[in-house]
Amino acid sequence: MSNPATQPLLTMTGIGKSFPGVQAVNNASFDLRPGEILALVGANGAGKSTLIKILTGVHRADTGAITVGGNPVSIHSPSDAQRLGIAAIYQELMLVPGLTVHANLFLGRERTKHAFVDSESERTLAMRQFQKLGVNINPDALIKDLTVAEQQLVEIARALMTEARILVMDEPTAALTPREVEILFGILRELANQQVGVIFIGHRLDEILAIADRVTIMRDGATITTCRASELSRQSLIEQMVGRSLTEEFPKAPPPEEAIRFEVRHLSGGMIRDASFTVRRGEVLGLTGLMGAGRTELARLIFGADRKDQGEIILDGDELRVDSPQSAIKKGICLLTEDRKSQGLVLKATAKENFALPNLHFWSKLSWIDGKKESSRFLKHVDLLHIRLSGPDQRAEDLSGGNQQKLLVARWLESQSQVVIFDEPTRGIDVGAKYEMYLLIRELAVQGKVVIMISSELPEVLGISHRILVMRDGQISGELDPSVATQQDIMALAG
Amino acid sequence: MPATVSHRASSPSLSRFVADYGMLGILILLCILFSVLTLQDQHPAGADAAGALYAALSPAERTEDILIVCGDNAQDQAFADELQTRLRQSGNARVRILAGDPPSVRAQLEALANSAPGLSLIATTQGFAPVVQTITSEIPAYSTARVLTPPSYRWPTFLLADNVRNVANQITVIAIIAIGMTMVIITAGIDLSVGSLIALSAVVTAWLIGNAGGDTASGAIMLLSGLAGILLCGAIGGFSGLMITRFRIPPFIATLAMMQVAAGVAYIISQGKPIYQIPGGFVLLGRGAEPLLRVPYAVLLMLILYAMAHVVMTRTTLGRYIYAVGGNPEAARLAGIRVGGILLLVYTLCGLLAGLGGVLMASQLKSGAPTYGLTYELYVIAAVVVGGTSLSGGEGRIIGTLIGALTIAVIQNGMNLTNVETYTQKVVLGLVILGAVLLDRLKQQGIRLKMRRT
Repeated sequence: MSNPATQPLLTMTGIGKSFPGVQAVNNASFDLRPGEILALVGANGAGKSTLIKILTGVHRADTGAITVGGNPVSIHSPSDAQRLGIAAIYQELMLVPGLTVHANLFLGRERTKHAFVDSESERTLAMRQFQKLGVNINPDALIKDLTVAEQQLVEIARALMTEARILVMDEPTAALTPREVEILFGILRELANQQVGVIFIGHRLDEILAIADRVTIMRDGATITTCRASELSRQSLIEQMVGRSLTEEFPKAPPPEEAIRFEVRHLSGGMIRDASFTVRRGEVLGLTGLMGAGRTELARLIFGADRKDQGEIILDGDELRVDSPQSAIKKGICLLTEDRKSQGLVLKATAKENFALPNLHFWSKLSWIDGKKESSRFLKHVDLLHIRLSGPDQRAEDLSGGNQQKLLVARWLESQSQVVIFDEPTRGIDVGAKYEMYLLIRELAVQGKVVIMISSELPEVLGISHRILVMRDGQISGELDPSVATQQDIMALAG
Repeated sequence: MPATVSHRASSPSLSRFVADYGMLGILILLCILFSVLTLQDQHPAGADAAGALYAALSPAERTEDILIVCGDNAQDQAFADELQTRLRQSGNARVRILAGDPPSVRAQLEALANSAPGLSLIATTQGFAPVVQTITSEIPAYSTARVLTPPSYRWPTFLLADNVRNVANQITVIAIIAIGMTMVIITAGIDLSVGSLIALSAVVTAWLIGNAGGDTASGAIMLLSGLAGILLCGAIGGFSGLMITRFRIPPFIATLAMMQVAAGVAYIISQGKPIYQIPGGFVLLGRGAEPLLRVPYAVLLMLILYAMAHVVMTRTTLGRYIYAVGGNPEAARLAGIRVGGILLLVYTLCGLLAGLGGVLMASQLKSGAPTYGLTYELYVIAAVVVGGTSLSGGEGRIIGTLIGALTIAVIQNGMNLTNVETYTQKVVLGLVILGAVLLDRLKQQGIRLKMRRT
């Protein structure tokens, strides 16, 4: 046996995998050393997810070899992967919401005493595991009562209880606040100290550079290079991911006109109390704050998705009567929801049908749909936004995250809305697609529309917006000018 | 990022076609199976038999002294009349008919043997041939006479026009209601009340006719009574929809309750007894057929409704909204769709169609009874599920449901023709439903795996 410090925990060499019509992964290779955090980055469709699914036994590779602890292995199923000490935590958490934390931790391998579940010992073991991770979660709490971050920690605890040596995390920070991200990163570093190898997939480059020891960059199904994170800058990372140089990361729209187009006065409802603000013609208004500060709730009130207690919404001098999404859309307000899978898309429907959903009245008469016109409108947007799909009838659920997002943007572009509210428009999409999203926001502003962008990514908020509103506890706690404000200024108003 | 848009619509749409209509292949296989199993000698009867026999005669034989002998039933007489007409048209003036029950035929043949000897040809039907042969072998005068019968042919009983019509007719009630059920299930709901609504509609229609003239009721009365039954069921469906949308009662519970209520009301109105006071004309819808191809009116109605529903689901905004509401109600709402309105409409429609099914059944059976439609909701749901519609909502095809309904009808009819016992039939049908869904699952998984990208 060679020295365990130099022997890789895992190697994947020359991995290839094709699906009908698509070469998803093409000659991908990387290795993971014990006690290391390796980030896997790449644009949408670069093959990260497929590569990881091969590792975790969801897919089988067509070509290539995998070794774990120096031994060649073949992984045919998720349970094979588990036996080899590979644990994966996906974006969609795999917990049972109605069960307690300890019941979830021991799901499928319950501790028993005299044929009954031994909750007492489960509880003790759970506490011990949480202590080891340095977190404080009540083992008797129900999963549904925990925050997303806490749920994620439960998943990590569960993965580690199976004695995992290799932990794969697919975009773990997507739903976390900056503080929660810090906690998570502390835990990951602690795991690395315990010689666990962590594979980290993410889109937030600052985070990746902060946490990873090494970064493997994928493009078009192949691994381009692997370098030490300390040798990379944000700029060089982006350029290697997209394969070309970027002039600027945040394309900003030209200054807005003086005229006020959109106004919200004393809007209250749910957790939102007395929100008032104005947006000028062609202005991009950034709306930020911590998770749970009420940003999404404010957007939903404006859009009529939740019932408002009082307040006025004024567009172009007219007060709008908005009491449902239906009326909001009719009046020219649209909302690109934060969670595209549960609130944006009908996953089983085709891409075209999803695009058409709120726009059918443009090409139907007496309920009869003009299919030709619909297809031509759709294909126009597919070209305009560079949506990658195998055809108009591809199901929405088979599209990658970035393309799903573009599809929803296409939908609202078509609807001719005057007020466009984007709730976390770049969450979970890659750098290339993010850049396109920024260009799109700029284009909308240039057209004189009102753009409200909700985002937790402070560099993005500072880079894109003309003006920033910060929310705290359901109220607007302050307004900032991004040309002079810093991330610290935002956090001061948010926390 | 370069714009790489490839429009390869063909392969996914082909696999979707297979997923949507793969059951059609199984239906065809079943039809072939039952055709082979029921392949046997078919004996034409009536006018058809006369035509077949005439065609089998040589020109010389057609002018011979032919005697047509047959029994006294309507089929035999139709045969005799048709054959006589045809022979006369070809110039044979000597053709005669001799009809009656076997004893009277014997007496007539004996009398004829004395008056007109030298008879060369006797034409008779398949069924009556043994009688004729026995008699002529006992009378010496006929020893030289040849007995001709219409030629028989090999053909599957399953594929006889009458049987095909029978299969189609049997399934109409279930198939028509299954249209509404498909829409309900696509919205991720269920309607358990349709079986009871059949009974309610049949009873209300029969009761109204019975009280507005009974056996002598006019056509307008019958029409209005049927309409009343249908509308009542539509109202009950709408009520279920209201409970589901306004008060968020799960569809299973809401329609289970209405199933009990509707069944109870049907018993109360009819006082538990069938209502028979209905004019004969009322059976036109259930038993009548259009004159040209003899397609039953009920089958025509079913086909028209399916065509309409298919168009609604594939070509109209309403159809899109139904799929969207079932696929993701929250996303649909945030896209500006009135989710409650769509659900209300769908349950109302399902109720209306169940009401129509009840009127149709009353017409087929010329009566209304509270026992009609018992457990039909299960057959209707089975037809939808066998047709490939997922109970989790958001996907499914109207034409798939028609195929599902036909599959169930073909299996039942085929087992009847091949003498499978009733109890065994239930077992087989249950397994078929399970098998169809299982097959659909496996196929979907296969396609999903292939279509999924990174």
